[in-house]
This record gives sequence, structure tokens and C-alpha cells, in this order.
Amino acid sequence: MSLSATTAPPSPAAPPSPDLPSRQRRGRLLNHLDVKYSPYLYIAPFFLIFGAFGLYPMVRTAWMSLHDWDMIGEHSFIGFDNYTRLFSDEYFWNALVNTFGIFALSTIPQLLLALFLANLLNRTFLRAKTFFRMAIFMPNVVSVAAVAIVFGMLFQREFGLFNWLLGLVGVDPVDWDGQRWSSWFAISSMVNWRWTGYNTLILLAGMQAIPKDLYEAAEIDGAGPWRQFWQITLPMLKPTFTFVVILSTIGGMQLFTEPLLFANGNILGGSQREFQTLAMYMYEMGISNLNTAGYGAAVAWAIFMIIVVVSLFNFLLVRRSAK
Amino acid sequence: MSVTTRRTRLAAAALAAITAIGGLAACGNDDDKPAAGEKPAKLVVDTFGEFGYEDLVKQYEKDTGIKVELRKTAQLAEYRPKLVRYLATGKGAADVTALEEGILNEFKPNARNWADLNPLVADHSKEYLPWKWELGKAPDGRLIGLPTDVGSLAVCYRKDLFQAAGLPTERDQVSALWPDWKGFHDAGLKYKQGSGGKAFIDSITAVSNGVMFQGNGDLFYDKEDNIIADTSPAVKNAWDTATSMADISAKAQTWSPEWSGGFKQGTFAATFCPSWMLGIVSENSGAANKGKWDVASVPGGGGNWGGSWLAVPAQSKYPKEAAKLAEYLTNAKSQVEAFKAKGPLPTNLEALKNEAFIGYTNEYFSNAPTGKIFGESVAKIQPTHLGPKHQAVKENALEPALRAFESGQADKAKAWEQFTKDAKTQGAF
Repeated sequence: MSLSATTAPPSPAAPPSPDLPSRQRRGRLLNHLDVKYSPYLYIAPFFLIFGAFGLYPMVRTAWMSLHDWDMIGEHSFIGFDNYTRLFSDEYFWNALVNTFGIFALSTIPQLLLALFLANLLNRTFLRAKTFFRMAIFMPNVVSVAAVAIVFGMLFQREFGLFNWLLGLVGVDPVDWDGQRWSSWFAISSMVNWRWTGYNTLILLAGMQAIPKDLYEAAEIDGAGPWRQFWQITLPMLKPTFTFVVILSTIGGMQLFTEPLLFANGNILGGSQREFQTLAMYMYEMGISNLNTAGYGAAVAWAIFMIIVVVSLFNFLLVRRSAK
Repeated sequence: MSVTTRRTRLAAAALAAITAIGGLAACGNDDDKPAAGEKPAKLVVDTFGEFGYEDLVKQYEKDTGIKVELRKTAQLAEYRPKLVRYLATGKGAADVTALEEGILNEFKPNARNWADLNPLVADHSKEYLPWKWELGKAPDGRLIGLPTDVGSLAVCYRKDLFQAAGLPTERDQVSALWPDWKGFHDAGLKYKQGSGGKAFIDSITAVSNGVMFQGNGDLFYDKEDNIIADTSPAVKNAWDTATSMADISAKAQTWSPEWSGGFKQGTFAATFCPSWMLGIVSENSGAANKGKWDVASVPGGGGNWGGSWLAVPAQSKYPKEAAKLAEYLTNAKSQVEAFKAKGPLPTNLEALKNEAFIGYTNEYFSNAPTGKIFGESVAKIQPTHLGPKHQAVKENALEPALRAFESGQADKAKAWEQFTKDAKTQGAF
């Protein structure tokens, strides 16, 4: 190391005193410790917090999932029984289908719209760019519960705005939380409203990082804006787009608050579980039902695995298609 | 860079790390038990909804010098997960905890979470409705809870809407319309006809609740707590009665926006009212509808929908004082005060005979003598045995199936199949 005792200057603040050599030695030792270990101390808070609130719950959940666990009573080790039970659990698969359905309905149109908006905002001729960029992010600042409550009111059967509008054009009122398609549609609209602007901004940041001279060169070669978008923007945006897709996947797989509030807080998500998501099913088994906490933990780990697999799949898909 | 600044930096980093570790370690252990006989400085009381304890607690503070903190949670659905967390982690529970019947049953199989009140309070077993007192006991004989209120049944109805549809409006005449459930359905059909096709009741799950809690036999569990949801005649009876009312129902799920808005908009003219529901009806209907509601008797005799107990969690540091506080809050005088304040119906026999209780009239409900109406129906209540996961079976199996039928998503046979299947999984414990 470069910071040896000979190069370290004596402290100018230290008053001269008879025991200088020993003080110097101590200073040297501290100096050495400082250089060697203090970086670890600086990053320690994150790891301590992650250990306490991230790693420990994960390990504990894994441990719980191997038990027949009563939240407020006994628990006994049963190995992988909870996981094998998952495969024959009709409601687990139902929740999986719902989650993927709502995920598809919210992610695909949302990302396309975000891409479109980002491209618009990226145009040089747009006035008041900052205003639009901020405005588009606003929905994301609103609390998710507020969004869900307001949308829940809009989608009400009796006094809802959407049914009133449908009535104006002569369509019968829709029982929004009564069927699969309508409830999925309602929930995805909340997700879309909230997250489109967020994704737009990330995509916009990615677009801004694309060198301008590429576009200039393309323009000289006679490429129109559409062609530029397909041939320059999209390929160059690939890493950002992959990131956005993975982020949306994680969010979509964990969807909880919107469907829960849409069901007036009922964890079943509709009278026939039309829109119960995986996260809701995990809560139902792990927390609502006191005596199936172990099974709920198994559902939690299943969700984790599914997120990993789906993210990986989406990652590969986006990489390939963008080539 | 000088040594001193470097040293300060090192010290600061070390300090930060130590604080972080110390902070985590501090979560570990703090259940230092107080010395025997030491008087607590403060007791905490957890309730949901409205128990009417504000003034009672002030009096207790004055009498004993022990401070009481009232922690109120608006809805049971919010209250339960918090309580479960306290019990699962062994921390945070209040010294006196209100338990609704459904929750109490759920906690009974693990009665060790609760202090046994038998040695802590005097013997009050003769002072309360006998069945109510018995329900406060766990299978192992442990006395978990002291009785607070009971949810005796009545029907709340809109006088103005009844009149417009050509039905009688005076409460005795209205009660005479429906001596039984058949009569109730007929009245509903008449209302529908007279009002141009408007719905009569809020939902068929409200009907099933009304029928189930009239005590016509075991519901989802038999006396040995075996699940019998698919074969129980009482459940089948509730099911058949409820499904027969689909043609007069507004299909408004209880607690949903359609439901709470429906009170104000008059999308239904009647609903079932346990005593504690009166406050909810008046709140949802708003001041504009004051005097338009009235209270009539329920078809087929009294019933019990809901009601609570006060318990002391085993984790309380002052079980003896907490039990004394629970004893005070549930005695005859306190129960009358609580009823006058917020409406929970007394279960203490002396309180039920109290003049202040019997003579009470409710201004919002056209001055209906609610003390008399509910007090009389309390005496008729038949004890219904509710098993450990009664609430889960009711809320997550029976009611969704009824709603699926009501909204036309499933026919009667398919809905019944859905119910029996879900009842098995929801009812397992």
C-alpha cells in the first residue's frame, strides 16, 4: 500500500508532547485499519438492513414452507409436502392464470404506449418538454390505494362513471367485478394509468443516450422519422427496454393492492376468485388463514421462482426480438 | 488528509455500525416482568368499531390512578391481522383485547395465547346470558373472555319508501307483515310491484345471516367441531331461504360502495339490523334521511349476529390489573353506559333489566324504542354453536357462493357445489 508510515505527514494539529513516538505508532495503526476496513463499514448499513429485512425473511419463509405451520400455535416439519400440494391446488392455478392475464393486459399495451410517448417526448420540436415530462410522471406519485379507490368508484355497477357513460350509448351496465374479462380490464387500467408515465421516463432516458449524430447521418441518407425509429431508436434502446420489461414483470407478478381494493378488501378477489392474484392467494393462505402459514410460505417461494423464470424468459425474448 | 480527520471518520463509521447492530439486537429481548404486586402505570385497551368506552375509561383512571390508553380500529377486517401479528410475535398486544365471536372461536384451539380469567376475577357466571358466558370458555375450560355485547337481530326499513310502494309504515304493522320468512318474501314482492320493480333488501347474504343466527341447530360444525357444512339442515335452510330472495335483492355486497351508497340512494328499502348495525345504517344514510328509517322485528323470531368479549392476552405484563379493568368494563352499569353511548347491546342480565336501557329510544330511527325492541329479542336468542373457523367458512365459502348465484354467475346447483367444496378447505383447522 502507498500509505506507509514514512509518507504519512505528522498531524499539524497534534501538540508536541513527550510521548510522540508511541502516538505516531498508534496513528499509523489506525491509519492502516482505516484504509483496510473502513470501506466495509461504509457499506455495512446496507448489508445489515438487507440481511434483516431481505435475506432473513426469505430464509425464514423457506424454513416455514417446509412446515405445517400455525401462526399462533404449533408447527411440525413436513418436508416438501406444501410444494407438492401446490400442483394439485386448483385455486393456486386459478390465481396464476389471473396474474398472467392481468399482467399481459397491463404490461403489453402499457409498454407500447410508453414507447410511443417516449418517442414523442424525444422529438426536438416539442415545446414545454419539461412540463410534459413531469406531467406524465404525476400518476406514479399518487398513492396506489388512492388510485385503486378512485378507479373502484369509476367501475362501480350502480353509481359508476363508466356504466353511466355506457348507458349514454345504450349499452347495458357491466358488473365489472362479476366476470373475469371485465375485472381484469378494470384492474389493468389502474396499473396502466399508474405506470405508463414511469416507464415512459425510463425509456426517454434511454433514448436521450442515443448519439444524435446517428440520426443526423440517417437523415442525410434520406431516412424518415419512422425508419429512424425502427432502425436506430429501437435497436439502441434494447438494454433499457429489457430493464423496463423485467421491472414490469416483477411488479406484475406481485400485483396485490389494486385487485384487493377493487374487491372491497376481500382477499378472494370476486365471488368466484375471478381476479385473485398470486400475491392475494399467498396472503389468504399465509396470513388470513392462521393455520396454513406454511403453505402460504410455499406460495411465496413459488411466486419468487415464477418471477425468476418469467423475467429470464422476457429477458431472452426482448434480446432476441430486438436484434 | 490529516490523521485526525481520518480517525474521526473511522470512529464515525464504527459508531454507525455499532448503532445499526445495537438497534437490531435491541429488538431481541425486553420482556422483563414487573415485580409482583407492582401497580402498572398504564393499561392498553384494543377495540374495533364502536364500544363506547371513552367515558368509562376516564372514570376508571380517576378511581384507580392507572392510566388507560384506548386504541380503536375502525373495522374488524383491519383489527384481526394486527392482533394475529401480536400473537404470532408475542409482542404488542393490548392488556385488554376485544374479541368478536368469529375471532374468539378461531383462537380457542390455541387458548394458551390468552390468560385464564377464572382465578383473576370474581365468579360472574350467573350474571350474564348463560350461553354468552359459556362461549367465552375454551375447550380446556380456560375462561378467555368476559361478555360485552350481543348482536340481537331486527329489520331496519325505510318508512318513506314503504309508503310510496303502498306498504304499511307503522312498526307493529310492519312486523306483522312478516311473521315468517315466507311473509318477508311476499312483502318484498309487494314492494317490488308497488315501487315499479325496485329491490327490497340489500343482498341475499344478509338474509342468510339472519336465518343462520336464529339458532335452528348446528351450522358449519357439530358440537365436537367436526365440519358438517354440507349436511347441516340449518345451513341448508339458510341457503334455501336466502336463494329464494334473489328476486327481491339489490345484489349490493355488504360493505361495498354499492351497499353504503345504497342507503342514501334508496336502492333497497330494508336490511337486517343487529343492534350494532344501527350506527352504520344512520352513518351511511346521512342526516338527510333522519327519521325515514324505523326498526321492526325480524321474521321467525330473534337471533344473534355478532357480539364480543374482552380478553387478556397471555403476553400482558399485568394480567391481574387487566382482568380487573375488563371486569369493570363489562359490569352492568358500564354495559348500560356503553349502550347509550354507541349502541352495543348488553349481555349482563342486570343491565338488560335497567330502566335506562329499556326506556331508551333512538332519535334517528323515528324514535324507535330500540332498548325495548332489542332487549326483548335478546331473551329469545337460542345459543348457536360456532366452530373454530366459522367466520372463514361463512365469509370465504358460503357468502361468495351465494353472491355467485345472486349475480347469475352460477346456477343453484353449481353454487352449492362451490360452497361445499370451499367449506371443506376453509373449515379445516
